[in-house]
Order: sequence, then C-alpha cells, then structure tokens
Amino acid sequence: MKNDSPTAALTTQISFKGLNFFYGKYHALKNINLDIYRTQVTAFIGPSGCGKSTLLRTINRMYDLYPEQRAEGELLFNSLNILGKGVDINHLRARIGMVFQKPTPFPMSIYDNIAFGVNLHERLTRADLDDRVEWALKKAALWDEVKGKLKQSGMSLSGGQQQRLCIARGIAVKPEVLLLDEPTSALDPISTMRIEELIGELKNEFTIVIVTHNMQQAARISDFTAYMYLGELIEFGVTDQIFIKPLKKQTEDYITGRFG
Amino acid sequence: MDLKLRRKLLNYFALAMSMLAVVFGLFWLFWILLNVFHLGVTALGPDLFTKMTPPPGSSGGLLNAIAGSLIQVGLATLIGTPFGVLAGVYLAEYGGHTWLGRTTLFINDILLSAPSIVIGLFVYAVYVAQVGHFSAIAGVYALALLVIPVVIRTTENMLVLVPDSLREAVFALGTPKWKVVTKVTLRASLAGIVTGILLAVARIAGETAPLLFTALSNQFWTLDLNKPMATLPVTIFKFAMSPFADWQRMAWAGVFLITLGVLGLNILARVLFRPKHRN
Repeated sequence: MKNDSPTAALTTQISFKGLNFFYGKYHALKNINLDIYRTQVTAFIGPSGCGKSTLLRTINRMYDLYPEQRAEGELLFNSLNILGKGVDINHLRARIGMVFQKPTPFPMSIYDNIAFGVNLHERLTRADLDDRVEWALKKAALWDEVKGKLKQSGMSLSGGQQQRLCIARGIAVKPEVLLLDEPTSALDPISTMRIEELIGELKNEFTIVIVTHNMQQAARISDFTAYMYLGELIEFGVTDQIFIKPLKKQTEDYITGRFG
Repeated sequence: MDLKLRRKLLNYFALAMSMLAVVFGLFWLFWILLNVFHLGVTALGPDLFTKMTPPPGSSGGLLNAIAGSLIQVGLATLIGTPFGVLAGVYLAEYGGHTWLGRTTLFINDILLSAPSIVIGLFVYAVYVAQVGHFSAIAGVYALALLVIPVVIRTTENMLVLVPDSLREAVFALGTPKWKVVTKVTLRASLAGIVTGILLAVARIAGETAPLLFTALSNQFWTLDLNKPMATLPVTIFKFAMSPFADWQRMAWAGVFLITLGVLGLNILARVLFRPKHRN
C-alpha cells in the first residue's frame, strides 16, 4: 500500500513552525517544527500524554472551543498561517476533516449524517446531494452495507460501521486533509483492518494525519512517522527508517517496547 | 461462626430490610391510589363532563373546572416552555461557566424548590393587587413561573449530558455554533427535554396554592381570561372542605381525574425517554 519511494516529488501541505501550545499554564507542546506532505499518511506516535492528540487538534483549531487553551507560533496550511487573526475557522474545518476516537454519529438518519456537512458549505440540488452521499459512502466502503436503509438512524449501525460513517461524513465535504485521532482504538480487529485498508485507498486523494497508540498500525499504514515525548518532537522521518533504523536512542527504545 | 456463613446471613438481613422498606413505601402509595380509584370511580358519571359546578344539593358536574384547568395549565406551559428551554440552552451551551451562568443556575435551583404559595402571593402582589381583581391570566402567570425553573433545569441537565465528543465532531465539520445547538445537541436531548416539560405540566396540574390568590375560582362557565376561573385543584379544595356529601363526592371525582392525568403524563414521559437504540 505504501509508495515505493515516499520522498519522490513531495509537496508540503501543513507546516508547523515553532509551535507552542498551552493548557492554561501547562506547556503541552514545545517548539514543534514539522512538515506534513500532500497525499501522504503521517502518523504521530508516542506514549500517553506526549501531546500527539494536542498537536493533531491544532491543525483544525479544535482547541478554540476551550477558552483556556492557546497556541503560539506558526502553523501554515497551504502557506497560510491559520493561527493568525481573520482566519475563517468554519471554512478551514471544511477543508480539514476530522474523525475521532469514539464513533460520533449524529442523532439523525444515515443519509442526513452525510448530508449535514455538505449542506453547511454548498447548495446542491436534491439529485446532486444524493450523488454526493452515495459517493462518500462508497469511498468509505460503507455503501453496500447501508444502501437499502439510508433513512435509518446512524446510531443503529455497529461500532465499525459508525466509524466508517464518520469517515464518510468527513470526506463528503471534500476536504484536502483528514485528521484521524486514534480512529480504531474503540474497534474490534476486523473493523480495524477495514479502516486501515480504507486509509490506504483514501491517501490517493487526501492528506492523512493519524494519531495512534498502536505502533504496528503506524508501521503498516503510514508513509511518515513523528515520534513525540513529553511535548517535544523527538524524531520525524520516513516510516521505514523510523521503525528499522531510528536516528535516536530514545525513539528506538520506544519502538522496541523497552519503555512507553 | 465462620466468615462465609456470617456474610451470607448479613446479606440476607440487608436484603430483607431493603425489601421491607420497599413494601412499606409502596403500601401507602397503593392505599392512596386504591382509595382515589374507589371513591373517584363511584362518583363518575356523564354529568361530570357536561354540567357546571352546582350549588349544594342540586345536580351538576365539573365541566367548568376541567376546562379551566386545561386552559390555564395549557397556557402556562405555552408561556413557560420557551423561556425555560432558551434559558437552559444558554446555561448549558453558552454561559454555564461564567459568573452570570453559575449564579443563574443557583438562583434557579432556589426557585425550583420555592413553595408554590410564595409564587402565588408574588403574582397577587405584583399583578392581582394592581389590576384590582382575580383573573385566570394571573393564574396562568403563577403557573408559568412554576414551569420555568423545572424546564430550565431539565433542559440544562439534558444538554450537559450530550458528550463533548459529539459536540466536537459537529464543530469539526465547520458548523457554526447556533447550528451545532439547534441541529444536533438539542435534537440529541429532545426526549429528555420533552420529559421535563411533561413533568412540569404534571406538577402544575395539581397546584392549588398559587391559584387561590390569582385565578381564585368560578362557579360558572367562563372563557374570559380577565375573570376568575375555576380549576380542578381549587374546586377540589373547596368541595372537599364543605359539609355537603354531594360536593365531597365530586371532589373525589376531581381527585381521580387529576391523578389519572398526572399518571398518564408520567407514563408518557417514561415511554418517550426510553432509549430507542443505544449500544
């Protein structure tokens, strides 16, 4: 599933430049510098509390919901600093989709779950909307399981199906980036495998950033890996190199399970 | 005595005591219900729903009291619900963590447990005494003031129960806040909010004290909100205190009707609140 030469012809889509993050007085991310490349899968790994989810949540400014959280430094998305003033956050979030750890279907029908985000940002005719819903559900490999029951509640699906519904909901808006925050940690192995396969397909069209606790998962699905520890970015590089021949002893210790 | 046996006996003892407590509580409840049904059903008849409250010694019904209760409880719910829901939304989604929000919630809780007669006297002082006469609309105001804190509390409670992860997921799609609230979080807690409204209705349906100083009562049929109007609880109060046997019988019929109505609303609330599909 991985590109043969991941470093060939890469363009930067997201760039952290000296990013610091605070929960009130707590300094959670320290001077992060990192590039995320277009249509590649980048994984953030590291022990619990290392700041990998925090880092992910800066990309769509999720932290804005909580007044005591703030970010400093620069975070460039297509060369625009999205931490600056005057950024239309709702527009930004339409271009950067997110899927969470626990499946979060909205309390409405399967169809409306997908149409909800589309209707926020576009005016489509009924027929076009139908097509978009079908397209998104097919992309998320859920269409065959739900095509006969689009009017049923999204909450009636199984956990794995709900998570694919959330992925479909995210891509229906046609974002450029998909942020996945431990998307399989609440799922069984079969559902996990399906999501991993799905990520392999989606990366042809979307830039994917995934936070995971599961190192085998990072090794299987990502092109680039960032290892974080105590709010610092310890090492970033091509996944194969990080897992086979890490530059730093600290990274090696974590990956080989000697600590973490 | 060995440890295992001791634990077993202790377990049986605790179980027996708690079952006894249940039986004790339910005994009175069923006795009350049985009494109400027995005395209420025997007083039922077609006249009850077609005739007005009679003078002592002549035949009559409770039509004006039933209609008055429906009108006043209905209007009070219509007035109180929007205020309650909107304030609840403010407290849960916007101002809950601010000084104003916390203070409002605290005062609301005081209002929630305020004796209803205080509310009745308040409306008497600020409205009835000013216009110079008792009126149905004053009763509606008093009942609405009882509805508002109940609806605020349940709306706020139900919205706070909506997990933040769901809220984040809606925001992550680029949804403006007002749409997050109206399209998702309110919808997710709709069953709970409706239950709260029904329980508020059940509460005011049986209120007597706030109506004594506001709507008073009326022996005749009226739909004029500026005149005193009969209600079931006040009529029951008046009739049950009287020395006339036929009035007392009609009071029981009224008690039966209210009990049935409140029981029905509670059952409806239960059915609505039953989760449809949860993992």
